[in-house]
Amino acid sequence: MNTATENEVTENEEKSSTAILNQPFRIKKYVAVFVPPLILGAGVIGLWYYITFGLLAEKRRFLLRPIHSVIDVGFLDGDNRTESLNALWSSTEVALIGLSISIGLGFVLAILMSQAKFLERAIFPYMVTLQAIPILAIVPLISFWFGTGQTSRVVVCVIISLFPIIVNTLFGLQSAEKGMHDLFTLHHANRFTRLRKLMFPAALPAIFAGLRISAGLSVIGAIVGDFFFGKGEAGIGQMLKKHANRLNGEELLACVILSSALGVIVFMIFGAIQNKAVGRWHEANSATS
Amino acid sequence: MNTNLNTSSSLLFDDIGMIFPDGTEALRNISFELSRGEFVTMVGPSGCGKSTLLKIASGLLEPTNGSVKVDRERLGYVFQDATLLPWRTVSKNVELLAELHGIDSQERQQLVEESIELVNLEGFENHYPKSLSGGMKMRCSLARSLTLKPPLFLFDEPFGAVDEITREKLNEDTQQLFKQEGFAGLFITHSISEAVFMSTKVLVMSARPGRIVAEFDIPFEYPRKPDLRFDADFAELCGKVSLALRGSHS
Repeated sequence: MNTATENEVTENEEKSSTAILNQPFRIKKYVAVFVPPLILGAGVIGLWYYITFGLLAEKRRFLLRPIHSVIDVGFLDGDNRTESLNALWSSTEVALIGLSISIGLGFVLAILMSQAKFLERAIFPYMVTLQAIPILAIVPLISFWFGTGQTSRVVVCVIISLFPIIVNTLFGLQSAEKGMHDLFTLHHANRFTRLRKLMFPAALPAIFAGLRISAGLSVIGAIVGDFFFGKGEAGIGQMLKKHANRLNGEELLACVILSSALGVIVFMIFGAIQNKAVGRWHEANSATS
Repeated sequence: MNTNLNTSSSLLFDDIGMIFPDGTEALRNISFELSRGEFVTMVGPSGCGKSTLLKIASGLLEPTNGSVKVDRERLGYVFQDATLLPWRTVSKNVELLAELHGIDSQERQQLVEESIELVNLEGFENHYPKSLSGGMKMRCSLARSLTLKPPLFLFDEPFGAVDEITREKLNEDTQQLFKQEGFAGLFITHSISEAVFMSTKVLVMSARPGRIVAEFDIPFEYPRKPDLRFDADFAELCGKVSLALRGSHS
């Protein structure tokens, strides 16, 4: 057989071979990535100061404290910091437990649904219903059944974060092309082999997309749950409630910043895992955002 | 049906007919035999049931009439798309079928190396499909089937999506593999010159319902050189096939 010609190597090939970027190019890339959000961030801080000192009368300044005093009171004050970080940890714990349960449950349900159309038809409407229930509407029920402690917070977290995992995992499992299924059929692959070697790897990009959404939602779930069910260790939700009631503007904003930071960190962690797991082969190789 | 063959024939279609549930008659009275050392190409208008026939041969479809005798234990099948698993590297993709057939790891490695060498993809073992060109993907797909050392190779219009020069090259490589490995080949294509260049025999199919309307033996010696395409006899044969194909359209 003749040799494969050089020109069969595609542009993609060339692209991946330039992965080792030279130094100036790399710096340029970082500048392009980080400068625009920094400029916008500086603008937002400027607007913040303008509203605090330019628009709000001194008496009403508690509505939006200046950023330096938020940092000073919310993060640099030892007592406040310890209290907020403890609350943050408690909420993180709830989010992690809730997310783990959602992942486990979501995978099992999605795999079951992928194996038989009958099961998909049976289960899916209830998942949509579960997703559509406003959490507020079932808060009383949850406290009836599970009390007002950590269990209830975790339940809220699961209800909020389960759906994207199921939908994305199921969609992913069903995403392998027909030709690939034919290939496995031709070579007598059994159900389990097909699931393990074809459907599950094909589903990974979608699974990670679902995980990222659900990870963010689990943080929201943990905070919302904490807001309603305050028994036991206080989470970020309880802190928000407390500071809002006492008109502690600085602490309140600090807690808001902490909760969104938690959401962003969780989102980024899953983005990094996604890149590690599917970045090498997936066509839409999304960068960690 | 599907019984193992004791004779030299690798594939036997006996009066195959296919009517789909929606009433479309795709194939009618298809009978022919394919033995090892034969490379038969079917040409025909779009929608004449060529791919359906291949699916019947492979067992992906059951015919509504007639019977097919074929040994499907180690079937080579090359799809229209390369159908590579994007999460596997070239060598892992090539290894797949041997894995599905339960061949042990050491022997698999040996087979993978041999097959990659046969299709000339050495050096690309650790590349993912997304960084391969269309032609290289097809080579990888060929290598994957070659690991099974298939006695029968089915090709479902595999080179339709690559450019002309790559296609000609793949044609040259395929006929060389056929000579080297000695499988029986059943190839489907729209391209007359591709058909004549590679095959021992060309069958012309009619528009739907697909029937065999003409048969041409291709006498050229293997291995066939690229410049065979400029040979007068080659052009004459292509012309005859073309005429038959035009006739089948009307």
